[in-house]
Amino acid sequence: MRRTTRAKLNLGILYAILVVALGLLLLLADWSAIKENFFDTSVLKSLWPEIVTVAAKNTIVYTAIAFVGGLVFALLLALMKLSPVAPYRWIATGYIELFRGLPALVVIIGFGFAVPIAFNWRPPGGTVGAGVIALIIVSAAYMAETIRAGIQAVPKGQTEASRSLGMSGTWTTTSVVLPQAFRIVIPPLTNELVILIKDTSLLFVIGLAASERELTTFSRDAVSSTQNSSPLVAAAALYLIITLPLTRLVAYLERRTQRAR
Amino acid sequence: MTGVDAAIDVQDLHKYFGDNEVLKGIDFQVEHGQVVCVIGPSGSGKSTLLRCTNMLEIPTSGKVIVEGIDVTDPDTDIDQVRSRIGMVFQSFNLFPHLDVLGNLVLAQRRVKKRSKEEAVECARKNLAKVGLLDKEGAYPAHLSGGQQQRVAIARALSMDPDMMLFDEPTSALDPELVGDVLAVMKNLATEGMTMMVVTHEMGFAREVGDKLVFMDGGVIVEEGDPREVLANPRHDRTQTFLSKVL
Repeated sequence: MRRTTRAKLNLGILYAILVVALGLLLLLADWSAIKENFFDTSVLKSLWPEIVTVAAKNTIVYTAIAFVGGLVFALLLALMKLSPVAPYRWIATGYIELFRGLPALVVIIGFGFAVPIAFNWRPPGGTVGAGVIALIIVSAAYMAETIRAGIQAVPKGQTEASRSLGMSGTWTTTSVVLPQAFRIVIPPLTNELVILIKDTSLLFVIGLAASERELTTFSRDAVSSTQNSSPLVAAAALYLIITLPLTRLVAYLERRTQRAR
Repeated sequence: MTGVDAAIDVQDLHKYFGDNEVLKGIDFQVEHGQVVCVIGPSGSGKSTLLRCTNMLEIPTSGKVIVEGIDVTDPDTDIDQVRSRIGMVFQSFNLFPHLDVLGNLVLAQRRVKKRSKEEAVECARKNLAKVGLLDKEGAYPAHLSGGQQQRVAIARALSMDPDMMLFDEPTSALDPELVGDVLAVMKNLATEGMTMMVVTHEMGFAREVGDKLVFMDGGVIVEEGDPREVLANPRHDRTQTFLSKVL
């Protein structure tokens, strides 16, 4: 009896703190300033429809190219890292450590400005192409580690069963190990996809032409031209519309794989 | 010795894991059509011996000759030899991403280069043999352990192997499921399949086995007719082991 009274009291205190904090926030916030600066309907209307047809579309296109490119490259790196040939392992390990250790922003600036000048290189798709290549390079390093872990999570007995049927090492990898590894890595790879969507915002540093702008660049330009922060809120809302279903999907896939085990 | 004619001929086989000598000079033969059961305490090297037969473990020294082919020779096409040796594992090792038919068809297509129709026909024939024709569309996760092991046997049989290796095929099964698997193995033996079986099922060894091999500490301690060895073991170590398991 006494223990339950104490528990109820504790719970009551926690709710009281919450109510007081919310009350203070409501009283102290300058609601008209917030509305004027972040939810200006005329500014928001002026963004339409380019914020979707140009900015959100470009965010999705850059993400898709970087993800597919990064995935192919990551698979190659993962197989190199598990190779019996030591130099392949060294190259893959060096690559992965290098690009996981560097901020993505540094790599994007490097490929957007430094590399084209240093090597007199015209990246496909111009500056934005170089930026997307930088995203491929960075995401491949992360996804390679994910895929390697997935491959190693396939039980050794699977390889033994396949080899004892006379299947070659290559057939075993492509028909038995990789299909199972990909099932294991789908949830973490979807997480990488969400991170990649957000990382496309870093492309704003290399300067994008009007038609190349993604959500962050687009909203920053709109913020400076309107002297109002509402475009940032609109961009944030669009990011969430893209990422939230994916994070829900990850949660669902993780629950499903846990059930299957 | 009948070395040349034997299905499996193991000569002075040694196997080290690091500094640990697991097989200390094994000489042993399996004749065509023979069912050889290998028993012994865990760590005696019996599974390692079986796994050396199809080179899942690489012997440190010595020779393993299967159907006249020296599998320890680095120039031997080991995939070709393995496709003729069926292997059944304690933990089944079915491919979980494929249904039962897919499990049976995969290696037939890839290794034997059979057409899809041919492979499916052969798969169904072997599923019927293990009594699971109605499960061809099921995924391994939805089968009982006993059913999974029978599918694993059918998968190995679908390669039309010259012989079958069994590595403790019933050790991971619930007791009431052991009988179905043993019945399938007994049928195979009756059909004249050459079999090497690492097992703890003394009843199976007595009833089906042509030869019983008792291993301990990496050597063959005693071998002979199963009924004879089980009834009158000559060596102390065999007696001690049998008194514990029987």
